[in-house]
Parts: sequence; C-alpha cells; structure tokens
Amino acid sequence: MAAFLGLFRRDFGLALRQGGDTGLVLGFFVLVVVLFAFGVGPEAETLRRIGAGIIWVAALLAALLSLDRLFQPDYEDGGLDLMALSGLPLEFGVLAKTAAHWAATGLPLTAISPLLALAVDLDPATLPLLVLGLLIGTPALSLIGSVAAALTLGARRQGVLLSLLVLPLYVPPLIFGAGAVAIGADASTARANLLLLGALTLAALALAPWACAAALRQALE
Amino acid sequence: MKAAACDLAAEGIACRRGERLVFAGLSFRLMAGGALVLVGSNGSGKTSLLRLVATLIEPAAGRLVWDGRPVAADRAAYRAQLAYVGHQDAVKPALSPRETLRFWAALRGLPPRRSAPLIEAALAGFALEAVADWPCRWLSAGQRRRLALARLIAAPAPIWLLDEPTSGLDHDNQTRLEAAVAAHRDGGGRVLLATHLPLALAAADSLVLDDFAPGAGDPERERALAEHEARFW
Repeated sequence: MAAFLGLFRRDFGLALRQGGDTGLVLGFFVLVVVLFAFGVGPEAETLRRIGAGIIWVAALLAALLSLDRLFQPDYEDGGLDLMALSGLPLEFGVLAKTAAHWAATGLPLTAISPLLALAVDLDPATLPLLVLGLLIGTPALSLIGSVAAALTLGARRQGVLLSLLVLPLYVPPLIFGAGAVAIGADASTARANLLLLGALTLAALALAPWACAAALRQALE
Repeated sequence: MKAAACDLAAEGIACRRGERLVFAGLSFRLMAGGALVLVGSNGSGKTSLLRLVATLIEPAAGRLVWDGRPVAADRAAYRAQLAYVGHQDAVKPALSPRETLRFWAALRGLPPRRSAPLIEAALAGFALEAVADWPCRWLSAGQRRRLALARLIAAPAPIWLLDEPTSGLDHDNQTRLEAAVAAHRDGGGRVLLATHLPLALAAADSLVLDDFAPGAGDPERERALAEHEARFW
C-alpha cells in the first residue's frame, strides 16, 4: 500500500510540478472548445445543440494529449525496470500511475467543464449531468489510454500511433457521455447513459491494468 | 549440480536477443558475502546477463536457482531480494535526491519511519548531502550516478546487481562505491557487477563472458550450443 501511494504521489506531484502536463491539457481543452464556438458562429441555437458533444470531444483529445508521457519517461530513464522489480505487482503499479494521470488531467478537466459549458451556451439545467458524466467517464479515458500507451512504448511516431489506437476505443464513452446531456434527453435516458458510462469505467478498471502490465513486460524484454 | 541453501546460482543459462545467441552454457554460483565481476568485450552480454539475473528477461535455456529453489517458481520472493542499478539512473529532473530516495524506498515497501535514517545514510554514503534538496536537473552525470547507487543503501536488499556502476564516477567516489560494496559483503550480501574499470574488491570471482559466446572454442560447450540451436530451430 505504501508503494502504491508512493508511486501515485510521485507521479501526481511530477505532473503538477512540471506544469507541462496539467497546464497543457487544460489549455488545450479550453482552446478546442473556444475554437469550436468561433467556428460554428454566433447562432446560439446550433451551438447549444452540439455543445455537450464539443465538450466531450475536446476532453477526449485533451486526455489523449498527455498519454504519451504516461510511461515514456520511465521507460527512457530505466525507472520502469525498477518498477517491475519492486514489491508492488506491475498491475498495481500501472493502476497507481493511471490514477495519478487521471487526477492530473481528467479531474481538472471535469472541474473546469462548467465554465466551458458557458462558452457553448449549454442549458444550465444539464450542467450537473455534464459534470457527473465527465467525472464517471474520464477515468475510463485514462485506463483505456494506459493500455495504448504501453503498447506503443518505444515505437517511432508514438503520438500518432497512439491516437489511431485510442480514438476508436474512446467512441463508447463519448456516445454515452454526450448522450446523457443531449437536448431532449429526459431523466431516464440520462440515467441510463450515465449507468452505461459507469459500467464502461468499471470494465476498464478491471481489464486495463492487466493488459497494460502485460504490454509493459513485453516492452521491457 | 545442486545449489546449497541460500545460494544464488545459474545453471547452464543461455541468452538470446532477437535471433542472435549472446551466450550459452553459462553457470555460476554466488555465496553469501561473495562478489562476481562480469568482464567481457562490448556486446558480450554483460547487461543481458544482469537483466536476466534480475528476471527482466527470460533465459533461452537453463535456470536460475535461489535458496535451493528455481527462481521461476516464486519470482516475487526472489525479486524482493534484488537491488538493481542499470546503466540508466532512473532520476527525475524535477525531484530532489532526497525525494527520489524516499520514493524508491517507498516503492520497495519501506515505511517512512524505517526509511528516513537509511536515506540519510545513503546520502552521506555517496556524499550527496550538499545537493540533497536541489532538483536533480542541476546534478552532474556523476552526481546522478551516485544518487542511483545511493538507492542500494536507502532500500537495502541482499543481492546487488550493478551494471557499470563506476561510469561517471571520479576516484573518490569510486572509493565510496568500493566501501559500500565491502560493507554490503561483510553483512552477508552478494554482488554481481559488470565493469570495465578494475575495482578494488577483495576475493571477487570474475566471469569472462566472451568465453560463453557462440564459437568460443570449448568443444564441450560447442556441442551444448549445437544441441540448443537444433532444439530451438
């Protein structure tokens, strides 16, 4: 447990201290949403209809942006070898790193999403659903992304490969996350979407660390 | 050949990287307090052997034995005995040496109460007190190397696996390393290290890896290699 917390604390601390990670992700998230708002033009009606989708797509892209830094630095400086040899099973090591990734990206994204909802003129009544959806869904983004980050470790053009692998897998969270906030969705539709989103996150929590650890072991060979 | 209790032994191990056989038919035994120095030309497999003994790569043939039991039977118990310093330092530029050691000690499962005095001893052992709270991005290559070596003291383990531990170290620090290795061996620890520079190690065995390369001449080993090749392909 001490090892799990130690790893989480170090990775979270590094993400905040280097600034690059959390700051970059938030900046990117804000910019994409604002660009959409400018691109769609001044018609508030159109913007309101597609607003939730924009915020979710921007969140996916922002989460994707930081994934290549998840294992790459440890892989390059030999830290991954030491992680694999520590008393902590690699599956839990991966979980600690992924949790730190979420706390440094997914959580701040969720926290500033209400502000961006203003930019796309989202109905204030749907705001809790948007935030709740992001809170439930962003862990799945980090977990799914961790597998792809481990698989592409050491590859040339890792970033591009990573996007190609990860973005199709982000479709289900996108559908259910944006579906919960969609115009005309009644309470039961929203509830069903959020429950499915929760199921996705739980499934990713159960499967991703194992797949990710297996991919990392392969990379260390 | 049967290893006695509490021994680390390799029995006829072979290593294959891609399609190339790096070495084969290699055996050694490392007793409590023993040191084994790996020597050999570049590419003879010193790093591969260390990574193999660290269980980071699998032997293509043969097996490792720890405490009379094959390592493959209980890898986690064996890994708990290891401290590995590869030729990369695993130092994060944004953390200070003290934070780095605290983290590695925590990852080895040491509670902060126990690791705090060890960390101070590790910083002192490699003369890093003066820079202990600087971010590591300000450290020189030699200082980073010493920080990597200080892990050995901050998170103690009975088997040390050191890959070129002297690279980047000046003479004084090489002496510090020799002192740390001697203290470790006096306490019953084992050291397996690869190096190009002669280190002052009392009663250390050495293993010349070029002797185990394919085509190194020994007819007995050539036969073993041919058999291995025949089975593999």
